[in-house]
Amino acid sequence: MALSPEDLSALWLTLKVASLTTAILLLIGTPLAWWLACTSSKWKGFCSALVALPIVLPPSVLGFYLLILMSPNGIVGKLTQQLGIGTLPFTFAGLVVASVLYSMPFVVQPLQNTFSSIGNAPLEAAATLRASPLNTFFSVVMPLSRSGFLTAAILGFTHTVGEFGVVLMVGGNIPDKTRVVSVQIYNHVEALEYSAAHGLAGGLLVFSFVILLLLYSTQKNNPMAQIK
Amino acid sequence: MIENIIAQFQLNYSAFQLDVDLRLPNSGVTVLFGESGSGKTTLLRCIAGLQHAENGYLEINGKVWQDSAKNLFLPTHKRNLGYVFQEANLFAHLTVLGNLEYGLKRIAQNSKSEHFKQVIELLGIEHLMKRMPERLSGGEKQRVAIARALVLNPEILLMDEPLAALDAKRKQEILPFLTRLHNELKIPVLYVTHSQQEVAQLADYLVLLEKGKVQAAGLLAETLSRLDLPQAQEREAASVWQVTVVEHEADYHLTRVAFAGGELSLPAINAALGTSLRLQIHARDVSITLEKSNATSILNILSAVITAIADDANGQILVQLRLTKNNVMSVMTASPLKDWQSCGETKLLAHITRKSAHLLNLQVGMAVYVQIKGTSILN
Repeated sequence: MALSPEDLSALWLTLKVASLTTAILLLIGTPLAWWLACTSSKWKGFCSALVALPIVLPPSVLGFYLLILMSPNGIVGKLTQQLGIGTLPFTFAGLVVASVLYSMPFVVQPLQNTFSSIGNAPLEAAATLRASPLNTFFSVVMPLSRSGFLTAAILGFTHTVGEFGVVLMVGGNIPDKTRVVSVQIYNHVEALEYSAAHGLAGGLLVFSFVILLLLYSTQKNNPMAQIK
Repeated sequence: MIENIIAQFQLNYSAFQLDVDLRLPNSGVTVLFGESGSGKTTLLRCIAGLQHAENGYLEINGKVWQDSAKNLFLPTHKRNLGYVFQEANLFAHLTVLGNLEYGLKRIAQNSKSEHFKQVIELLGIEHLMKRMPERLSGGEKQRVAIARALVLNPEILLMDEPLAALDAKRKQEILPFLTRLHNELKIPVLYVTHSQQEVAQLADYLVLLEKGKVQAAGLLAETLSRLDLPQAQEREAASVWQVTVVEHEADYHLTRVAFAGGELSLPAINAALGTSLRLQIHARDVSITLEKSNATSILNILSAVITAIADDANGQILVQLRLTKNNVMSVMTASPLKDWQSCGETKLLAHITRKSAHLLNLQVGMAVYVQIKGTSILN
């Protein structure tokens, strides 16, 4: 059941995609979640629905439209070509972009929930103690949201590791470039290499369970989780 | 009394309007008093800048914090104020010391200053410094919250019902600290409450709010003795006097105290000569006679003039009296009373039956004697 060089390469690629996606999502998801938690704008419903779409949409549908958008004749594709990046489908960058959109709700929603649960009171206290809104975000909101950030990062990462449909649509099945673990497992099964499939699939199963186990057991002990 | 806090706000919500125009003293405790929904907390939040009244002008000691006409609105974090919330609202991720230092760091100061030590001592929280807020009692939390606001040395302290979330026992635990603050703080305090007891105990200046409008504003003693306000109609109607200990009569277990316009004998009080005390005299403990009787067990008989008579809510009579100045029985020492306490005349409320009022034929302007059967010390 030893892992082949192709398997290892797929693992490494998956790790890179998931890490990069998680980092990008934390960067753009944090302000987005903060805005969604605080705003009373009429666009809130629209944006929330848009962010949540990947939860209910079949990944193949999302992948299909992304493929069309990013294709040489798509709006995004034309833009990327004009910027001199070329087209995104079947590239590592395209995979990351698709993953960011696909995993967005799994990062934004836990963050938004944590931010909402903090409420206005600590923010007002900070304001009366001379902290500017930005300063308050870093000195009060972030520390009080530790468990929310942990949940968001773990869910974003694991969800990206587990994606299949979007990857296949947008990334294809190119070794070392877009062939991630889930696609590699599919390849093994297609070729009836069940024992090789077991190696990766079993690994992924254990990995996912251990991560979730860590998440739930630390949250229970984390006093921050009780802050309402 | 210098009135250099100017607060004018107009706020229009569909269900609630705030419309106030106040000039408040820049020292002592001003209590904003009213039922829930009267707008007292909203007014305080407008002063703090936590709520933005579309129309407003706010000036504290010559500094303008809001002037809608000039489109000026200083955000809360740029206002030199201290704010104590109803719930202590401490930062759960910081220790008590961390909470106290939070504001200090942002004005480039630290916890080494003499002022910091004084505040900690004043509120008795030295032993709590390393604790997390979740391990504090409700009363301790609120003391830390008050200290957190005070260490910043603000120009004004705003307190929004700081005792409302505490049970009766915790309230009694905190009130002495508030009284100490009242005596030792030089900055003005705006204090929101709906508790009569806190008004009597802490207020120097009283603002009565109803449905977003100012019903009355003035010195505590004057406002409390106004017959046209609902306070006087309460069963607990009372006058509050600021008095000074002038003599102890050990043989009789009595203490003599002086007020603006006379003296009273009270059951012995354990306080040094010159101590300033706050005395509450319930209207039901005051009776009226036309002649000064020497054959009575009541010690405190003072001459007074009836200034107003009104019906109360229970079919009895409420009389407002002004004490005349011939009540001084010993030489008054130089008055240690602060300016806002000694200015104005001393007023008293008496609750009597309709029958007595009729038999004595009491009229406004009549010179009478009042007998005070009982008093209570508030601090």
